[in-house]
Amino acid sequence: MSTHDHDDHDHDHAHDHGHGHTHDPGPLQRDHDADAMSAYEVLETVIRTLLVEKGVLTNDEIAAQIDLMDSRSPALGAKVVARAWTDLAFKQHLIEDTRAALAGMGIDIGTLADFRTVENSPATHNVVVCTLCSCYPKYLLGIPPAWYKSMAYRSRVVSDPRGVLEEFGVRMQEGVEVRVHDSTADLRYLVLPMRPAGTEGWSETQLAEIVTRDSMIGTAVLDGSMHRATG
Amino acid sequence: MSGRVPMRPKYSEGAQVQVTSRPPQGHCRTPWYLRGKTGVVASDQGAFHDPERLAYHKPGLPLARLYKVRFRQTDIWPDYRGPASDHLEADIYEYWLTPSAKDQT
Repeated sequence: MSTHDHDDHDHDHAHDHGHGHTHDPGPLQRDHDADAMSAYEVLETVIRTLLVEKGVLTNDEIAAQIDLMDSRSPALGAKVVARAWTDLAFKQHLIEDTRAALAGMGIDIGTLADFRTVENSPATHNVVVCTLCSCYPKYLLGIPPAWYKSMAYRSRVVSDPRGVLEEFGVRMQEGVEVRVHDSTADLRYLVLPMRPAGTEGWSETQLAEIVTRDSMIGTAVLDGSMHRATG
Repeated sequence: MSGRVPMRPKYSEGAQVQVTSRPPQGHCRTPWYLRGKTGVVASDQGAFHDPERLAYHKPGLPLARLYKVRFRQTDIWPDYRGPASDHLEADIYEYWLTPSAKDQT
């Protein structure tokens, strides 16, 4: 832990309107200000400040990227899954060329990494991890949950996936292949969960409501009996 | 300069490959637990700017071929708790792979 206990480490005060930078969003403000900055937060602040001062990045660009990431959440991934469940041609396109299929829905996944979609079936259950860091399909699902980044999940799901799945409440039959995807490099993985029984005739909107974040990581399976069609 | 045109892939789908056991020199995207393990090329994932060069502010050229390699869990972990049909897949760059001794075709 850092020994710093100041609440505000930003040296260029964003709310100092006397300097005439009214259109500049100013430096990023911390989401959490109650506790002391960690060493990594201090490092991030220093590097970000330098990049802005040297003209490599602007505060506008940083603010725009934060807004972009905040616009991505599991709800977006759920829409994609519901579309794949109801439109076979879309599903095939999604599996063959995830980037293009998402672009067709108006979803831009950026250029930092490519995407792959892996489909669950009665024979195969897919689960995703990044053992090296915390690679995650952020452009589709938003910020990953804390457990996804934890050392425990990352180290254990590769060596004992069935044990980890049981802790998530998912018991896989012996006859089902459990396939772990370690996203070690330039690809991000989206799990296409199986459509639960009992959802026949549901609309795409209704279906999207039952698709959970964890089902798109592979640590959950969807159970239609837990849900009631609404409307 | 090899330029931006990726080299032809060295391995085709189904080829048996072994992950090199050499220690990493700085940033690398090959996890330790797969070193020395043998698997099968599941697919050619395309050519990417080489992360081991990008990490040091180099352009990442020549482009590096990336494969999805499928490993049997029982080949990775001797005491794996699960059926022999369970697999793990990881994306491994071509320069980390060698032809497996079991597959010299």
